Amino acid sequence: MCLAIPAKIVELFPEEQNRALIEVAGVRRHIDTSLLADDPPKTGDWVLIHVGFAMSKISEEQALDQIQTLTMLGEQEAAIQEVQGYGLGET
Amino acid sequence: MKFVDEFREPGVIGKASGEIRRLADPKRHYRFMEVCGGHTHAIYRFGLKDLLPSNIELVHGPGCPVCVLPMGRIDDGLSMAQDPNVIFTAFGDMMRVPGTNGSPLEHKARGMDVRIIYSPSDALKLAQKNPDKHVMFFAIGFETTAPSTALTLIRAKELGLSNFSVFSNHVTIIPAIRAILDSPDMRIDAFIGPGHVSTVIGCRPYEWIAKNEGKPIVVSGFEPVDVLQSIVMLLQQLQAGEAKVENQYKRVVPWEGSRPALRAMAEVFELRPYFEWRGMGFISQSALSIRDSYAQWDAEKRFQVPGVRVTDPKAAQCGEVLKGVLKPVQCKLFGKECTPERPVGALMVSSEGSCAAYFNYEHRKAAVLTSIGAAV
Ligand code: SF4
Repeated sequence: MCLAIPAKIVELFPEEQNRALIEVAGVRRHIDTSLLADDPPKTGDWVLIHVGFAMSKISEEQALDQIQTLTMLGEQEAAIQEVQGYGLGET
Repeated sequence: MKFVDEFREPGVIGKASGEIRRLADPKRHYRFMEVCGGHTHAIYRFGLKDLLPSNIELVHGPGCPVCVLPMGRIDDGLSMAQDPNVIFTAFGDMMRVPGTNGSPLEHKARGMDVRIIYSPSDALKLAQKNPDKHVMFFAIGFETTAPSTALTLIRAKELGLSNFSVFSNHVTIIPAIRAILDSPDMRIDAFIGPGHVSTVIGCRPYEWIAKNEGKPIVVSGFEPVDVLQSIVMLLQQLQAGEAKVENQYKRVVPWEGSRPALRAMAEVFELRPYFEWRGMGFISQSALSIRDSYAQWDAEKRFQVPGVRVTDPKAAQCGEVLKGVLKPVQCKLFGKECTPERPVGALMVSSEGSCAAYFNYEHRKAAVLTSIGAAV
């Protein structure tokens, strides 16, 4: 649960300040970026997400490293399941 | 099962583990506590213990939010959802945690409307989609998670959403560390500090551990190399006779923490005078309740909360394991009455709980080795 997953920001929404579309291993989901209000992310930035909120920005290199670790440990699926929100779907 | 020697940076890992062996005084026994359950998980997952000399003991701390919750709070949360109009929502980790009359999942099987959510904002969406129902979010977590709950409550207020509430079980890490240091049966030489909690609170709140208690603490990342490097940094401090707060996880943790996160928490939460922790008793100012200005969304104010106190099953030693006094295998129920499939205590449920981590990696590894006739 305290897992923080690296994800790439693929879309921001000018009409909705604190929302972003992220991608993790091909899975997309909307997240909240309010916690990065002091230094808002741009499209293409990498962030660590925890329970649907971006916690901090990270470099692409760190993100890819961490994804590799998750994949290697076979934990990527658990991460994706979390990101998909257990089938609750997007609104 | 994958162990660290298959890992991508054997060179770096080997170097760090060599450095640990060089720095550790063979005449000394070291006890380092990893406060955070994420670290406990990583340590077992990667088999890091096998890379340490035998005189370095890693003691598992109280930083698993599911594990520290007393059973009475689970019962309280479930009792609110007895009302057929209420949808009970919680993170996946909570679903199999036993209450007196079963876990949330077992209640679901008996007809309660229980939903697993990934984010507190999913619970809010569910409330918007079901205006004729009341959606209650059973919130757990340390400072890593509390800001997300806070922002969700701020959003609910902005929307004027009347069919949503939060049952706050958020706890704070510093008082728990203090309780461990105050505990007479505990001797810890240094701490591996929580990584993601520190993203929010920063490193300053740990300064008293170094200054007043004379114990080194290194805030650490979660990759195998991070944990090993943090152990190197702790040993360097101990060897130099120093005690300070260091930040190994600089790439993610700012020294000052996250201002937006702290702002959101301050807007919504206040400290409870005291809160009960599983096995650790009441710890003062160790948990967060919802401020009066958000009373409309506070499940504890909206519902009748029985506030029952339930003691753990007698033979269960979750409390001792949580405090690091006992190792998981030293609990009489470990691997017998209590397994991840049929957990007695929450430490066997959450992947961050030390009993589950120990069972899934160490215990299974030992069983495999025994079955192929290898010496364990
Ligand atoms: S084995 Fe089960 S009962 Fe014993 S401490 Fe662990 S979770 Fe608690």
